[in-house]
Amino acid sequence: MIAEIGLAALWLAAALAVLQLASGALALRAGDQEASLLAMYARPAAVVQALLATLAFAMLLWAFAITDLSIKLVATNSHSLKPFLYKITGTWGNHEGSMLLWVAVLALSGGLLAGAERRLPENTMHATLAVQGFVALGFYAFLLLSSNPFERLPTPAAEGVGLNPLLQDIGLALHPPTLYVGYVGLSVAFSLAMGALITRQVTPEFARVMRPWVLGAWVFLTLGITAGSYWAYYELGWGGWWFWDPVENASLMPWLAATALLHSVSVLAARDALRTWTIMLGVLAFSMSMLGTFLVRSGVLTSVHAFAVDPERGTFILMLLAVYIGGALAIFAIRASSVAEGKRFSASSREGALVFNNVMLSAILAIVLLGTLYPLLTEAFDVRVSVGPPYFNPVGAIFAIPMFMVMAVGPLLRWKNDSAKRIKLELVIVGAILVAIVGPVAMLGKYPILPVLGLGLAAALAVAAFVPLRGRKVTRVPVATWGMVLAHFGVAVSLFGMACESAFTQEKLAAVAPGDSTSVGEWTIALDSVDPIAGPNWTALEARVLATRGEGGPVVLTPQARSFWAPSQATSEAALLTQWDGQLYAVIGTTAGEAPDGTQRWQLRIWWKPFVTFIWYGGLLIGLGGILAIIGRLGSDLRRRSAMRRVAERRADIAELAAAEQAEAV
Amino acid sequence: MKAKHQRLSLVVLALVAIIAAGLIATWALRNQANYFYLPEQIAAEPPAVGQAVRLGGMVQPGSLATEADGITVAFVVTGNKASEVPVRYSGILPDLFVEGSGVVAEGSLQADGTFLATNLLAKHDENYVPKELEGLEQHQAADSVAETTVGLD
Repeated sequence: MIAEIGLAALWLAAALAVLQLASGALALRAGDQEASLLAMYARPAAVVQALLATLAFAMLLWAFAITDLSIKLVATNSHSLKPFLYKITGTWGNHEGSMLLWVAVLALSGGLLAGAERRLPENTMHATLAVQGFVALGFYAFLLLSSNPFERLPTPAAEGVGLNPLLQDIGLALHPPTLYVGYVGLSVAFSLAMGALITRQVTPEFARVMRPWVLGAWVFLTLGITAGSYWAYYELGWGGWWFWDPVENASLMPWLAATALLHSVSVLAARDALRTWTIMLGVLAFSMSMLGTFLVRSGVLTSVHAFAVDPERGTFILMLLAVYIGGALAIFAIRASSVAEGKRFSASSREGALVFNNVMLSAILAIVLLGTLYPLLTEAFDVRVSVGPPYFNPVGAIFAIPMFMVMAVGPLLRWKNDSAKRIKLELVIVGAILVAIVGPVAMLGKYPILPVLGLGLAAALAVAAFVPLRGRKVTRVPVATWGMVLAHFGVAVSLFGMACESAFTQEKLAAVAPGDSTSVGEWTIALDSVDPIAGPNWTALEARVLATRGEGGPVVLTPQARSFWAPSQATSEAALLTQWDGQLYAVIGTTAGEAPDGTQRWQLRIWWKPFVTFIWYGGLLIGLGGILAIIGRLGSDLRRRSAMRRVAERRADIAELAAAEQAEAV
Repeated sequence: MKAKHQRLSLVVLALVAIIAAGLIATWALRNQANYFYLPEQIAAEPPAVGQAVRLGGMVQPGSLATEADGITVAFVVTGNKASEVPVRYSGILPDLFVEGSGVVAEGSLQADGTFLATNLLAKHDENYVPKELEGLEQHQAADSVAETTVGLD
């Protein structure tokens, strides 16, 4: 029954998406007259749809929780002896389940928009809901027609195939759902942008409605990418935190677009400028999340994330992509000229700095996009290439470095018109820090140029992030400003971690017999023993490694080489030792022959990565800054609205009183 | 400056930056892209010594040997035809690296004709094969076996 309920809920939700689309579109067409008759269905349709899609996802969760092996998806991706947490998270550790999660989150955010958002003009809301319904419909169709998660097996399987051991980790519980909420949150930003464009309502009020959605999606994307990066770092055992893997890029591209969008929507809200640019970025951001979904789900690119290679599915998503992006661009082309120009500003103003960084972010986006798609392009000519750090790092830096520089001073500038002279002191301080760090570091050691520049920029940015607070009473600073300060400081922290990791990492690969030791940096690593151990669904060889730093006491590390039996696969579990100034990362390999005295040797690979953890601390700070910005913006907006309502009420009272007095006088 | 002119100059600025990004990217991609070679291609037209490329093929059974330092391994990669490329690699072998299975080695060709690998990518799990290895005969055989056994368990 479980599967049938889930499937029925999905079909019903799809039908409601049609209703939402039709009722929104008809209401829009009818204009102001009779609108209420047709329009009354749009909001409830979105809310009920959210409930149904959640129900469908809950049914699939249930099926995985009890390991219902009559469902094909469960049989091919789960196992009755798997730990319970991984049975649950395994629901979205496969193509169909993760698409259902995608759709459920899409419906939920559509429902939230329909149920909670009362600030927009009604006809803009209808257009928005119609677009949202149209987007949802495409993904319901994709799910129901080509990736049905509830398909039954003719005869139930005796036992499931199991989940890829690399996915049997707490990371799977956090990373994909967070990222999906971010991806899908951008769909609401897209629908709002389309709605505003269709009804010619690209105004600061609209921007204030759109901003929390963009911020929310961006916070989730930030946290999702941060979590994914740390997961890949400790789970893959390769010691790296970013591989420029196509799927990593697929999550980075919407993030870049969303970062640009959230800054431009702020300009629109505060200054009524950058109207068409904001709409364009809204379209771009969601296009990038769909492109990401396409790249991940179609398997056209080789990636560690490829669940299944199925050309039919790829074609389907590609068609959806073409319809949505093509349609959005067509509406944009028709309507863009009717959106009046916004307010003007001079080049040296806060708007100017934000526009510059918007353009830089778009350029970086273009570079990542081209690098990601290039292998696809050459494959058409039967040449196989891969594109990696030697391309992405330097080429991205060409645009990232000016962006960081402008980011340091942008928040110090005033809106509309300002001059560099006014902030001369701040400019000199920030510039001096940059030079004071880059100069000595470049002189003292032979480091690559990018990490050295990164260190200097990180220090300058860290100081510059707090300069906007100068001369203000700390207790009186608005919450949203704290959000900006924190997020910008987070970028500096993260950049510092990246620069340190790539400049100062020390690595040692050695064959060590139990009782012997090796050293890396100021660490002495002694192999104590290697013993077999067993877990719930794996066996492993576990090394006991004693790590000693300088004169300190030894700390025990236990890296493992695990063998899972369902499915049969080996993984390597790195052991991490976190200190305030870095991480020690140990991996055990295979046997490495015998030492001269006849004892068995083992391969050990050890890294000392100074300040590597700052990369993820920075990511968390950026996310926290975003959350503060949402709280601050929503709070001040609600206060402003209730104040306006009170004023309106008082006016009405006064008018009433006056009318009454007049009546009495007569 | 009128509002209309400002919009125009913004559009021009954005276009110039994006086009510049595109041009730089295409130029860099031509130089930095990492080409994929099969063993027979290495034999026919070898890449420049030291150029970063990737080599994909099958690890020849019986060819895997660990050197005296315990961390350097040497093995031979074969392709569809009889061509062979000797590979040396220092590091921990990937989890699914076994003789007779597919591997993609990242690295460069040395003057003596060995391929010095800096990184090895093996099959990720039972279902995942690096795209470059699809189409190699051994894999087609393995895949057809997998397909015929799918419904049996």
